[in-house]
Amino acid sequence: MMEAAILKVRGITKTFPGVKALDDVSFDIQPGEVHALVGENGAGKSTLMKVLAGLYKPDGGEIVYQGAPTQVAGPLDARQKGILLIHQELSLSPELSVAENIYLGAWPTNRFGVLKKRELRRNASAALDALGCGFGPDVRVGTLSVAMQQMVEIARAEAFSANVVIFDEPTASLTDTEKDQLFHTIRGLKERGVGIVYISHKMDEIFDITDRITVLRDGQVQGTVDTCDTDLNRVTRMMIGRTLDAYFVKAKAEFGSEVLRVEGLSKSGLFDDVSFSVKEGEVLGLYGLVGAGRSEVVETIFGVRRADAGRLFWKEGRIDLPTPRQSIDMGMALVPESRKEQGLVLMMGGRENTSLPHLRLFSEVSIMNKPRELAVFEKYRSALSIKTTGPDQAVSQLSGGNQQKFVLAKWLCADPKLIILDEPTRGIDVGSKSAIHELIADLAERGLAVIVISSEMPEVLGVSHRVLAMSEGAVVAEFEGDALTEEHLIDAVSHHRGEAAA
Amino acid sequence: MSQATDIRAGSPLQSVVSWLLRNHIWVFLALTVTVFSLASPYFLTVNNLGNILTQAAFIGILAIGMTMVMIDGEIDLSVGAVLALASALAIGLQDHMGVWPAVFLGLLSGAALGFLNGTLVALSGMHSFIVTLGGLIGIRGLVFVYSGENALMVPDFSYTEIPEIYLGPISLTAIIFFALAVLFQWVLSSTRHGRETYAVGDNIEAAHDAGINVRRHKIINFTICGTLAAVCGILLSMRLGTAEPNAGKIWELWTIIAVVLGGTRLQGGFGSMWMTIGGVLTLAVLRNGLRLLNTPNYVELMVMGAVLVLALVLDKLLNHGEVP
Repeated sequence: MMEAAILKVRGITKTFPGVKALDDVSFDIQPGEVHALVGENGAGKSTLMKVLAGLYKPDGGEIVYQGAPTQVAGPLDARQKGILLIHQELSLSPELSVAENIYLGAWPTNRFGVLKKRELRRNASAALDALGCGFGPDVRVGTLSVAMQQMVEIARAEAFSANVVIFDEPTASLTDTEKDQLFHTIRGLKERGVGIVYISHKMDEIFDITDRITVLRDGQVQGTVDTCDTDLNRVTRMMIGRTLDAYFVKAKAEFGSEVLRVEGLSKSGLFDDVSFSVKEGEVLGLYGLVGAGRSEVVETIFGVRRADAGRLFWKEGRIDLPTPRQSIDMGMALVPESRKEQGLVLMMGGRENTSLPHLRLFSEVSIMNKPRELAVFEKYRSALSIKTTGPDQAVSQLSGGNQQKFVLAKWLCADPKLIILDEPTRGIDVGSKSAIHELIADLAERGLAVIVISSEMPEVLGVSHRVLAMSEGAVVAEFEGDALTEEHLIDAVSHHRGEAAA
Repeated sequence: MSQATDIRAGSPLQSVVSWLLRNHIWVFLALTVTVFSLASPYFLTVNNLGNILTQAAFIGILAIGMTMVMIDGEIDLSVGAVLALASALAIGLQDHMGVWPAVFLGLLSGAALGFLNGTLVALSGMHSFIVTLGGLIGIRGLVFVYSGENALMVPDFSYTEIPEIYLGPISLTAIIFFALAVLFQWVLSSTRHGRETYAVGDNIEAAHDAGINVRRHKIINFTICGTLAAVCGILLSMRLGTAEPNAGKIWELWTIIAVVLGGTRLQGGFGSMWMTIGGVLTLAVLRNGLRLLNTPNYVELMVMGAVLVLALVLDKLLNHGEVP
């Protein structure tokens, strides 16, 4: 294992005003290995990779690259040395062509700054061919899909003959097929001896593709382990200092009367003949791969979309398909997946965000009752243990987990009977995740009916009393009790896919 | 060739259509020319067309610099005032040092003010709208201080004969405008600086992360914009033989309108000199045509306002789904 490391980091520290983001961090990357960097949000992963990519200057410590101590002067210097960062938010110019983006800021020019267009195009073509991309160098990047845009960034690795490639949450917005292609590409890089740093919150991916795992917590390295010698439980314990068993809390299975029943709900092209029910105190999981129609079903129930056919029963009484306003008034709440676009006004504080959908509850003759607003804010801040400096701190400054808690607070303060959570923990750190899981259990125990949609199998299994497996717009199986296992779910989802393909 | 030429288009016809979709202002220009040709017998004459080009050239030269700054995602509101200062210096200093040194100092003043604008924007992080709004007011004040509220007269009227060179019906001023436009289109499409301009305006974080020196880059484009404003001021002083302290007032607005009309995006990242030429000519044709038809001044303004909104609606419709 200890052949010459391609990149070694020795005792790196980096301090920001008030925070020690990196504290004596050391780790190394071997040629041809995929090295995972994991940790909760704020553990120092982003800072570390920005130091490697030349975006931050470390306060102390050294970087040994290809056997020699190296100063990384800036992002361009890092790239030219062969260290490449692939950003989570893709770092491309949509209006420029693929070739121009591959060489962004490092275009081949003569000494008067005039572009050598032919050379640019030829080199970019070669890089794209090496990766087997299905598009040419002249296409405008803005017209490509997210996965293709990511390939453009990866093509930089070819173009600059990178020795180290750092992936930051590369699968965040990819479909499963695209993810498989990405992993194929990563394995290709690996075979050619490139050292790869892989940063992700998704543990299944980390166990799938990486060779070693380095865990960061509060800016310090907790340890580096070989992936094949460890398991999820141990890594999680290193990350948060407790075990996975405590990580999922399931509400006591004490159910009341039925809150919602759906019969034969259909919408052509999206889903077909979906039926289920959910009771007070019950957590119902909806599992399926992206594109299975999970979000579309709940959006239709809530009234965001119109159904072609189907019947809804609310508290055992037949109702017409509602509008969103009617749904809210009945006591239904839908917490959408994309909290930034749909959930929060980022410039407002927690107080204003919490009261936003229920201004009528907080006002007399249109004048806001601020003390009441504040009281509700404080109630949820302590109930959900939201970390914020005060009621007016802009939510844009909060971590993803704390933002998500405000999205929940906002819906909870209307006192709903049924709450639907669409991917409630996507993109947030492990600590906040378990707080959200506890909250789900707590809501159910207080008698709410809860529907949780999630792509993460452990999460769905961990929090739900009963799980519906969806595939290609249909409910293909239902599991509860001892039948709630990963194997069953995988079988149900993949078996159905196989049939459909045959 | 526009930088953004869509390569997916296969046949020549397709590529012409896709070029026109992205440079729709030329369709609009052809339309206005047709309308005025039918409406007035005086419009489609060599003489009048030559006039239109000369009239267009002044806003046009300002618009070239503005296009550079706007593709960067910035704006320069001070060009009208910079123009007035350069024209006042070029005329006012002639008594002390002769014609060409005075002209040179006029140019230098524009470059220096552009550099100052750019430096303030790049280093302070303030939005260029605010910085150059300050410039618009402050520099205009400086012009009044220098010229003492009076129009400065050129000491020797041979100065006004300098631009009286014609290529057929096309004046030297118009030739300078077209030459500069071609030059800067080349800069945009074929040089590192041009690529940087699009990259910075399109996704400033990506540009920064790619190691582009965003600050230095912006300072250069503001300096170009200021220098071209001074070029415009000097050409204007040659044409008029006087430098009025109020010269170029609200020209910054006409300039921005011309650039936006052309299709360059206010948020940056998209645009070209071909678009800007189209916008400038359309504006000039509208003004000229409406005057030939003896349209009262206020009606002219109403028509121009309506046309601007219409052109932008057209832009939205034509590029629906193409430009995010």
